[in-house]
Amino acid sequence: MRQTKPPLKTLLTLCLFLLPATLFAWELPYPAEIHGFVDLRAGSRLQSDKYQRDTSLLEARLQLEYSHQFDAATLQLRGDLLADEVTSGESLDLQTGDGIFDLREANLVFSPTESSDLKIGRQILTWGTGDLLFINDLFPKDWQAFFIGRDEAYLKAPSDALLLSLFPAWATIDLALTPLFDSDRYISGERLSYWNPQLGRVAGRDAVSDAERPDNWLQDYELALRLTRNIAGYELAAYGYRGYWKSPAGFNQTSGRASFPRLNTYGASLRGSLQGGIGNAEFGYYDSRDDRSGTDPLRPNSELRYLLGYERELARELTAGGQFYLEQLLDYGSYRQSLPAGQQPRDEYRQMLTLRLTKLLLQQTLTLSLFGYWSPSDQDFYLRPTVKYKLTDALLLTAGGNLFGGQRRDTFFGQFADNSNIYAGIRYSF
Amino acid sequence: MNKLLLLMLLLLPVTVQAAPSADEIVAKANRAAYYAGKDGRADVSMTITAPNGQTRDRQFTMLRLTDQGEDQKFYVYFQAPADVRKMAFLVWKNVGKEDDRWLWLPALNLKKRIAPGDKRTSFVGSDFFYEDVSGRGVAEDNHHLVEETDSAYLLRSEPKDAGSVEFAWYQVWIDKQTFLPLKAIYYDRQGQAYRQIEALKVAVIDGHPTVVEARASDLRAGTSTLNSFSNVKYDTGLSAQIFTERFLRRPPREVQ
Repeated sequence: MRQTKPPLKTLLTLCLFLLPATLFAWELPYPAEIHGFVDLRAGSRLQSDKYQRDTSLLEARLQLEYSHQFDAATLQLRGDLLADEVTSGESLDLQTGDGIFDLREANLVFSPTESSDLKIGRQILTWGTGDLLFINDLFPKDWQAFFIGRDEAYLKAPSDALLLSLFPAWATIDLALTPLFDSDRYISGERLSYWNPQLGRVAGRDAVSDAERPDNWLQDYELALRLTRNIAGYELAAYGYRGYWKSPAGFNQTSGRASFPRLNTYGASLRGSLQGGIGNAEFGYYDSRDDRSGTDPLRPNSELRYLLGYERELARELTAGGQFYLEQLLDYGSYRQSLPAGQQPRDEYRQMLTLRLTKLLLQQTLTLSLFGYWSPSDQDFYLRPTVKYKLTDALLLTAGGNLFGGQRRDTFFGQFADNSNIYAGIRYSF
Repeated sequence: MNKLLLLMLLLLPVTVQAAPSADEIVAKANRAAYYAGKDGRADVSMTITAPNGQTRDRQFTMLRLTDQGEDQKFYVYFQAPADVRKMAFLVWKNVGKEDDRWLWLPALNLKKRIAPGDKRTSFVGSDFFYEDVSGRGVAEDNHHLVEETDSAYLLRSEPKDAGSVEFAWYQVWIDKQTFLPLKAIYYDRQGQAYRQIEALKVAVIDGHPTVVEARASDLRAGTSTLNSFSNVKYDTGLSAQIFTERFLRRPPREVQ
């Protein structure tokens, strides 16, 4: 079962966030403005899965948000109280978001100099140009939330980081330091079944993955860098990252547990107007530092990743977007040679196509959308149809599905075939 | 000397009486409506009324900076309703080509680029169009002066590219004093009026006549949207930096 994590990080995290609040507490007689929402959601599998319950989602969530602007700094606090029936009884873990409280944001933003900003604390970090595809955005994702039908915003998991942004006239430079590795909230088998390569079959609650997380403060840090420049509406960016594969991509034979091998990435992107729409291109080199020769079968090889995307309005209130994504496994020969007998090799070139269609109706109160992934090389797919209806300014009804399928059960989307689900939710915002 | 006097006498009636051409009126109206001051700001309260009387409200602050020539930058920061609170919308208006538009989604910390698309679609679900907020290029239509009354010019404008817009033509009444458009009615290809925009209140702020209340009506759907502008100020010295990603991530004091 899940490893009991040392409470040290949780405590330090809490201190880090309470510190600014205490520092400025004397300044708080201003009327506090609290906003947020109540969100009720339920979902069910469309087929039975012998490793999981039929209920894929059943939860009540209260998000509260408070922000205060001081003379020289802004404090932002945002957290969710969560009653989750599917994984009830879990202990509180601010890192994984398990338990009754998920701290989304707790940070202080200020400008050390006129042309720089510093944001310290728990925050959501995002960059890159892909639409639900990420090459140079190595900030933590919550794949579980994404696949079970929580709001799309929950795909981004929070980072405990320090973000320094510099704004010289010629560019914007962002440097994000995460003192202790923040992994993805990855698919562990706890509520979604997954392909377990050690067992050679799909597994779920019978084999919850308990990966070894790098957990030495300041030693197991992550550093992400971005340089952006806007030239006449064209956004150019260069990226760098030093850290780890964000989901457990390796395996430690000694401990028999999945692991997060070291990873550096380097990349670039471009986005701008193109033929009446927006085009984007992104590229990334994944330097898998623990298996640079590509001969270690238990650690991933280095990769090159490419993305081309285009989005435009097709008709009134109807937008379409498409992307082509390519993952090129480097040292493919070594990979094939070192692959254990009986294991299905992955393709040297993994291709993926995505399509997004969004239609707004009834004075933009009704949104119909479809996002689809399809991989011609893996022969698998993932469809995300959603309907959103704003009954009033405050009340939003949502329904949707997460439909997975594929020829094989060991491909990225194919492994989730038994997790296909539909869900519905209601949200009251205040 | 006599010749010069004669020439002046001959020219005088011309300069006094000649009505400005339709293009001149439209150009002046465009400046009066969208280019007052080097920069401007306003708090906007928007009420959208459905045919059944149900209302939806939006509140936002709008900053505007005239950049180079006719190009402008807009920053729109939403305060209400709660589900769009803290979202920001950034537009770099490029006259004669597609605008650059971004939406800031605070929950994702994401600067989302929006496809340029049709500017004649609803702005945040209201009866106003994007183009009503940022202005329509004066060169996109052919303008004719239909009538001149004591107080207003009535113009008829037809699109140069009929396929690019939903109207066949529109009529606009422009105030002779302030050059503010007071009312516009849009007609479809059957000659039916289907859309109307009216300036309901005008006030002089920092020396600039300003529409402080406006209503857009969809005559077919029976919906209407009322915009009220408050805390309008001009030439506050907005920095061009505000209209960049830095201030999407961290909303400037000007909108808070």
